[in-house]
Amino acid sequence: MFYREAGQFKTTYKADQAIFPIFQDRMAIAIYLLIAFVAIPVFGNDFFITSMMIPFLIFSLAAIGLNILVGYTGQISLGTGAFMGVGAYACYKLTTIFPDINIIVLIISSGFFSAVIGMLFGLPSLRIKGFYLVVTTLAAQFFLEWCFIRIPWLYNYNDSGAIEVPQREVFGIIATGASATPTTRYLIVLAIVVVMTWIASNIIHGRIGRAWMMIRDMDIAAELMGIRPLNAKLSAFAVSSFYCGVAGAMMVFFWLGAAEVESFDINHSFLILFMVVIGGLGSLVGSFLGAAFIWILPVILRAIPRTFGLDINAATIEHVNFMIIGGLIIFFLIVEPHGLARLWGLAKQKLRVWPFPY
Amino acid sequence: MSLKTVADIATGEELLHVDDISLSFGGVKAIQDISFDITKGEIRAIIGPNGAGKTSMLNVINGFYHPQVGTITFLGEERRKMRPYMAACQGISRTFQNVALFAGMSTLDNIMAGRSLKMHKNFFWQMFRYGPALNEEIEHRRAVEEIIDFLEIEPIRKTPVGQLPYGLQKRVELGRALAAEPSLLLLDEPMAGMNLEEKEDMSRFIIDVNQQFGTTIALIEHDMGVVMDLADRIVVLDYGKKIADGLPAQVQADQNVIDAYLGVAH
Repeated sequence: MFYREAGQFKTTYKADQAIFPIFQDRMAIAIYLLIAFVAIPVFGNDFFITSMMIPFLIFSLAAIGLNILVGYTGQISLGTGAFMGVGAYACYKLTTIFPDINIIVLIISSGFFSAVIGMLFGLPSLRIKGFYLVVTTLAAQFFLEWCFIRIPWLYNYNDSGAIEVPQREVFGIIATGASATPTTRYLIVLAIVVVMTWIASNIIHGRIGRAWMMIRDMDIAAELMGIRPLNAKLSAFAVSSFYCGVAGAMMVFFWLGAAEVESFDINHSFLILFMVVIGGLGSLVGSFLGAAFIWILPVILRAIPRTFGLDINAATIEHVNFMIIGGLIIFFLIVEPHGLARLWGLAKQKLRVWPFPY
Repeated sequence: MSLKTVADIATGEELLHVDDISLSFGGVKAIQDISFDITKGEIRAIIGPNGAGKTSMLNVINGFYHPQVGTITFLGEERRKMRPYMAACQGISRTFQNVALFAGMSTLDNIMAGRSLKMHKNFFWQMFRYGPALNEEIEHRRAVEEIIDFLEIEPIRKTPVGQLPYGLQKRVELGRALAAEPSLLLLDEPMAGMNLEEKEDMSRFIIDVNQQFGTTIALIEHDMGVVMDLADRIVVLDYGKKIADGLPAQVQADQNVIDAYLGVAH
């Protein structure tokens, strides 16, 4: 009733090519942004911001990165965790070498290191596809993990073998390290995620994004339309790894505070792949929905018994949690194999014609 | 526009010339010593029974297969080995026997995809979808809309092509090939599996493309009625060999062709 495009006539191709052609969608985005930038910092408590929102945003960004590769270009990768690690270690080294440069600049720059490594391991994709490509990205995962352990230079020869985030300031406000407030860290993460999501959406809706989708849907025909598979696949690997690298750097600098190689292991690659699959392949909204489903839902479920004053021991809660989440994953994938993003789209479609069925 | 005459075609400028092409896969000889030419502005049909090497011939022309022997001259330039990407750059575009659309994309995006080679704005502008990149996008959208108008597919502009019926998919595929503004358009069985009405529509589009845009068309088709009506000249292949080449009437009367299609008593 309220979500309806009737009467919104587009008179230019520019208006029709807009990413959100419907007025209500633009309003909704403005409201989400208002909530994210104003309401949450003002009303959210530390627990909510630190253990839910910050990791949610970081995983969303990593999921967007992986979605560019898997959902938009059709190249499956299991190296996400390692590419995040490359970003994190690169940022750590950069801030060690250049302690005076703004940490946000360094976080973005570390994405470039990850992009180069990603492209390198993307080279096999020119010859191999599908499951075989998965195996080569798996090789990237293990090789990079090995590097994170065996090259002590990467963690400044620490005895612990871990990278510990030093204190850095952004415009005189402490942004990283133990004494940075959750709100500051949250706002920086949010700003980076919003800007990078916007850029991802622009790329996907333009010439380059179309080239990626052409490769995904029918690579032979794509080549005939004048797409060079080399360029399209490697640019997808580069952009995807860039996003994962930035997400990895933010994960360590704004969330964990310290990290070892375990933070970038194969489990994280799987975690993010699940977010992408459940959220919806080839959808930016899906990346956020998937991250919310996999990350926020368990935190909420864990908190439920406490809020109702039930005294259940932690291990039981954890087990029940696993069962519920596993059940829900199966339920959602049966209901809609194309992920939460498709459900979201269908809901919007229904709303458009409501109260009529079609 | 005046209709082409036999003399026009005979004296027309040569667009493509294939010379003594042989192609084999291991012991299977797909194409043996085939030569023919395509002149500018004509509709050239390639026909033959199943397995005659027609599709292989198209694949050779646009660079999927590399013939072991022989040369191809396109626009006066001889070439031997090339990637399909380069054929696209030279202005060869095609449709496929089994629809090869980008199933996850809308009709609009599919046809836009056909214009990929004409879009060049760099990554920086693409990132912000602003300035040159946005202008380019809109300018090409206009060109795409013209093709959509021409093929009468306005209502399905925003529909993902995977959801379209077969006949419309074929039409979108033709649109995608046209979007590249090719100098040579290869159509691989554009009417396979269509009903009479859809065939008539498609024939009309092919003639219109040829006459309005002056596009040279090479066409593979099994429906003899359609081929005889549309084609200016016909090449007939059988078991990888050329058995006839000429005007529809000549080909129809050729004893080799009749034997190939109907079989001969031994």
